[in-house]
Amino acid sequence: MAIVPLERKPLTFAERTYVPQILAGLRTTWQHLVKPKQTLEYPEQRPAIPPGYRGVPTLVMDPNGREKCVSCQLCEFVCPPKAIRITPGEIAPDAPTGHVEKAPKEFEIDMLRCIYCGMCEEVCPEEAIVLQNQFSMTGYTREEMVNNKARLYELGGTLPDSHFKWDKKKTAEEHGNDRH
Amino acid sequence: MIDFYLSLHPVVQGVLKGLAVILVIFPIGGACSMAERKVSAWIQGRPGPNRAIVPWVAWIPILGPFLQRLGIFHVMADGGKMLFKEDALPGHVNKFYFVLAPIVAMIPALTTVVAVPFGAYLDTAGQVIPLALANVDIGMLAVFAVSSMGVYSLILAGWASNSKYPFLGGVRASAQLISYELSMTLSVMPVFLWVNAPGREATLGLARVVEFQSGSWAGFTSASWGGVWFIFIMPVSAFVFITALFAETNRQPFDMPESEADLVGGFHTEYGAFKWGLFFVAEYSAMLIGSGVFTLLFLGGWNPLPWVPLADLVGWLTHLSPVLGHPIVVGLLSIGIFLGKVLALIFFFMWVRWTVPRFRYDQVMEIGWKKLLPLAIANLLAYAIGIAFLERG
Repeated sequence: MAIVPLERKPLTFAERTYVPQILAGLRTTWQHLVKPKQTLEYPEQRPAIPPGYRGVPTLVMDPNGREKCVSCQLCEFVCPPKAIRITPGEIAPDAPTGHVEKAPKEFEIDMLRCIYCGMCEEVCPEEAIVLQNQFSMTGYTREEMVNNKARLYELGGTLPDSHFKWDKKKTAEEHGNDRH
Repeated sequence: MIDFYLSLHPVVQGVLKGLAVILVIFPIGGACSMAERKVSAWIQGRPGPNRAIVPWVAWIPILGPFLQRLGIFHVMADGGKMLFKEDALPGHVNKFYFVLAPIVAMIPALTTVVAVPFGAYLDTAGQVIPLALANVDIGMLAVFAVSSMGVYSLILAGWASNSKYPFLGGVRASAQLISYELSMTLSVMPVFLWVNAPGREATLGLARVVEFQSGSWAGFTSASWGGVWFIFIMPVSAFVFITALFAETNRQPFDMPESEADLVGGFHTEYGAFKWGLFFVAEYSAMLIGSGVFTLLFLGGWNPLPWVPLADLVGWLTHLSPVLGHPIVVGLLSIGIFLGKVLALIFFFMWVRWTVPRFRYDQVMEIGWKKLLPLAIANLLAYAIGIAFLERG
């Protein structure tokens, strides 16, 4: 690259008086003054949430109303800040979902620890834990900031399912194919 | 009512008039602090303070939300907070002077208004009588003399705070204010040279300056000069005056005494609560008075337009309805015109504040001494020679 010497021009008289620059600045600020405002007035106006957004982690049910989580505890082990605490529980064999071996007895996510990394969602073999659109969690006490199982299902609701893995397993069993 | 007022002792009358004027200036000062926040917000693309509201105002259908958007109640909330919060007095300060400083700031700011006429009415003979607390002949001199006392409050505050940043702020304030007072005074001299024609009673009164700008259009003759505002006859004077006014009221780009980026808060670093509030009301009052003086000197005072003096306007209005010619209506109209111009100037102050960054301190000194002062002197000489030729010819 060749070196291009730039001529450093001395300031003109007009520039040294500051006046033209100040007038140009006043023109710019006036344009901003009359322009529509940029602010999103938050509690009334909400930002558009893009797909793939990592909000508050929630537990979801499949379209049949069955809780998807089988308390494998992978999320608990992968969680970097150790925000998840799962107490595994059995499912009664005569229950409609008896073919699913386990379900969580209690599932707690401490939102004061959660870092919204989404690793729990990534690791879940059942697509049971999903980071959804809610981005604002508030509470007056530390206890309020720990989401228990009921609260997690309330936040999560039902999401569409394309696998119905456990239904397939049950049909296969009924047709005598134990190992599908 | 008016007879009862006129039967009072002149001193009581004066006190009542003074209180009335202060009662107007104080809320305008408070509203200016809100306007400052709103203008800054708009310039930065924000809506500005718009949340606080009193419930019984919220019930008013359209007006309530409008006032809320305007942030009117934030002024009251801020004022109330300032009154009721703890007024801390740091242990290391010189208590007497520390408390004295905000008081010294308020006194000149509210005293200068005495010599500033703010409106006019027409008596039965059709003469324009200016409205002022004291329409004295030394008007301009009184304003300069008293307003320059304001610097003592900054020096006192900086010194009494007994800490380094306020001290630096106080030192800067004193140097800056004294430097710019020179060019300010020199810049208004041509106006008074023009006003004080030989053979007339000499005056430095501000009402007389406005009277000089109240001519009507008289064709392309020299008589038409009377209707032109001084900003058009003496643009350089007006420019020097307003620049010096920015420096005198510590406004951006000259807010060296405060310069929160390098001096924390400058002279008021150690102040809080109501004492701090007093400094700010004083600053806004000084701005108001300064804008008022600029309006009187260069923008035709209470005359609505160049070549349209107040007397002509009132003449047209009386044709519409004789009620409009009543002295009280005319007085209110003239005060309205005057205040409108003053508030427009205040907006200009804010607009500049949110446009121009602060000068470096050496630049402030250089502009003051090496540019503005020679310009003011050259301007004065040019007009002195010009006026001498005009009056001889």
